[in-house]
Amino acid sequence: MRDFLRAYPAEAKLLAVLVLLVAGLSVASPEFLTLVNITSLVNNNAVNLIWAVGLLVVLIAGGIDISFAVAASVVQYLAVTALLGMGGGGWAVGIALAMAFGIGLGLVNAALIHGFRIISIVVTISTFNAFFGLLMFFTSGKSIYSLPDWLSRPIYLWELQTEIGWADIRLPVAVMAVCLLATWFLIRRTTTGRQLYAFGDNPEGARRAGINIWLMQAIAFGWCGMMAGIAGLMQAHITKEVVPNALIGRELDVLAAVVLGGARLGGGRGSVLGCVLGVALVAVAQNGLNLLGVSPYAFKMVVGIIILAAISASNIDLAAMLAPKRRDRE
Amino acid sequence: MTDEPRAIRFSNMSKVFGGVKALQDVAFDVGQGEVHCLAGENGCGKSTLIKIITGVYQPEAGAGMELFGERLAAITPNVARQKGIAVIWQDLALFPEMTVAENIAFETMLGNRPRLVDYGALRARAEAALARLEVSLDLDARLGTLPIAARQVVAIARALVSDARLIFMDEPTASLTQAETDALLAVVRTLSARGVAVVFVSHRLAEVLEISSRVTVLRDGRLVGVYPTEGMTQARLTELMTGKTFDSHVMARDTSADPVVLEVEGLSRRGEFSDVSFVLRRGEVLGLTGLIGAGRTELAHVLFGMAAPERGTVRLEGREVRFASNREAVAAGVAYVSEDRLALGLIQPQSISDNAVLSVLRRITGASGLMSPRRQEDLVAHWVRELAVKIGRPGDAVSTLSGGNQQRVVLAKWLATEPKVLILDCPTVGVDVGARAGIFRIVRELAAQGLAILLISDEVSEVHVNADRVLHMAGGRIAGEYDPRRTSLADLEAAVYA
Repeated sequence: MRDFLRAYPAEAKLLAVLVLLVAGLSVASPEFLTLVNITSLVNNNAVNLIWAVGLLVVLIAGGIDISFAVAASVVQYLAVTALLGMGGGGWAVGIALAMAFGIGLGLVNAALIHGFRIISIVVTISTFNAFFGLLMFFTSGKSIYSLPDWLSRPIYLWELQTEIGWADIRLPVAVMAVCLLATWFLIRRTTTGRQLYAFGDNPEGARRAGINIWLMQAIAFGWCGMMAGIAGLMQAHITKEVVPNALIGRELDVLAAVVLGGARLGGGRGSVLGCVLGVALVAVAQNGLNLLGVSPYAFKMVVGIIILAAISASNIDLAAMLAPKRRDRE
Repeated sequence: MTDEPRAIRFSNMSKVFGGVKALQDVAFDVGQGEVHCLAGENGCGKSTLIKIITGVYQPEAGAGMELFGERLAAITPNVARQKGIAVIWQDLALFPEMTVAENIAFETMLGNRPRLVDYGALRARAEAALARLEVSLDLDARLGTLPIAARQVVAIARALVSDARLIFMDEPTASLTQAETDALLAVVRTLSARGVAVVFVSHRLAEVLEISSRVTVLRDGRLVGVYPTEGMTQARLTELMTGKTFDSHVMARDTSADPVVLEVEGLSRRGEFSDVSFVLRRGEVLGLTGLIGAGRTELAHVLFGMAAPERGTVRLEGREVRFASNREAVAAGVAYVSEDRLALGLIQPQSISDNAVLSVLRRITGASGLMSPRRQEDLVAHWVRELAVKIGRPGDAVSTLSGGNQQRVVLAKWLATEPKVLILDCPTVGVDVGARAGIFRIVRELAAQGLAILLISDEVSEVHVNADRVLHMAGGRIAGEYDPRRTSLADLEAAVYA
């Protein structure tokens, strides 16, 4: 227990807050802790989590990406247009295209950051505008409503009829699970992942140790772009349409959730578990407000307050409070 | 001696940067397992020499370079590393968010091609390296939670993992306490006993003489000589480094007749210090020494209003004062130059001029309430002249100055508040010998002008030479008061280091 607290202090606290929130909502609203509500929460947040783990890798490497949600829109448009052009395609081609376009856009960010030594927030604010501007210009803001059949047909992985309706788990959740696992594997189990942590933690130290800096940027932003691409395709699958300006603005929600999950804006810290908890906390809070009949206009405000409260609380050192009282080590 | 090859043997090393000769015909050699010291003032060419040996710079043509008996035409950083040359940088280059084990065995995680991390092997390598140093650390602790001294050990252990046979340590003890320094020196001895050579760069001459067997002295890019440390004294070494003789006779004067400026009685703060009483007179330099952790800095913080005492009184020119903040202390005429000058005293990227006026912004604002550039200019020019700060332009960043000159800018910043009491907390940490003399000259001048100065230092010799009276603090109490004219340095050191 103490080991977990020491290794994942932010995550542990977030988990505690989440448990309290879930307990409170279970009492306050009879609908909250039902299979129908929980599965719909999971289905609705799959896309956010895919983005979150992509962004996590960039944050760990000491960067930040503002452009990924817009990049997802660009990928949706490019991929769907390409698929329609080749007469439909299928899941394998679709996912491959989405990943490839996503990685391409991520590498644009990485190349600008590394090539011109500009800090990532400036580069990605620029590409956020550039990607979105180009998309709106070339599409004239027109949406695509006729997606290939395979893409717009919902795929149920599991379903169950309950007293209050159907509970189900859909394809995006499985894709999300794969993305989570892959990201966890990359950052915890591979040497490349540990180099990303080291690079985010102390870039000069990493350079002196002989880490390839360009490779680090390329992997971090490439990964983030790849996740953005997959998330974009999943979003198109869920909504059965491609609307160029549907995703803009989502990046800040995801960023807040990831930082809430313990990733540090300075780099070197963050975990997949934290992403899950961060996204879950925001989602559960919104869902709870909804069930309690709070005006949707108040959502943003309440979510903002929750994020502030959670981040302030994360400055309290739980591990030290649980440790037996002892004097300073000599 | 056997015919074992030298660890490194360099000759005729020269390096020119844009017409400036940073290094001229310098020879340098270190035996295997030797602890060797590289001494010289800032700018004497020490770092250039280290960078040539580690392959960062290429020397001018004609240099002879030999690593472990092998003559080399050119050295690149990779070659140096492969041959077992490692550098522990002053600013460490470790990863605070990663664990101790990952930091030590970081090398096993390098390479562009991704591989699985073998945490078992990683821990084993880290453990083996620490065992060679005969120290134990928690391998799973996050590095950032360890004290600086332990991080030094981690950096050394990392060098061992990459099979280093010669380690450069650049100012490794600059931010360590005495106990931590002793522990580090023990590690260096262990390394040496196992055949790893260590080249030590330090401004603390006492430890240089204690740890190394030979010392190479550089001055202005030239080799002064290579000397055995046996029989060498600090004074002689200082002379060799600076080319000047320093007057180190005791400067103490009798100040007992001068009016009291600061009077402290029974001052206590739980866990930090208790029952501290002393007086500080006009024009007096009062030395306060003792081991780190004796409560010196904590006492200074209370006098400067940064913490409140639990018991006792402080009187400034006869009036009892209770500062609620350091702003009140500054207004009342107390100035404090912190120990951690680089981190706390100056805003490095800002200009010399902006730093110097930081504590007196109100005095340079004109009638409009906005800052007046002309008043700022006048004030800065005054103090640059007064303290003989060597600067390019007042608009240059503070980070461009040498340690000694930075210290002067900090002094200027505080003297501009026109204090009655100046507290100097370890003013010479990280400052080289020549610049130290300059700082103490200023201290004496300021005292002569009537300023009351509390000089805190953990180098007993500094207070012995420069203070009028010396207080010894131990375990949070004043353990004794000494008059440098009646107590020899050896006796004072014996009392403090006992």
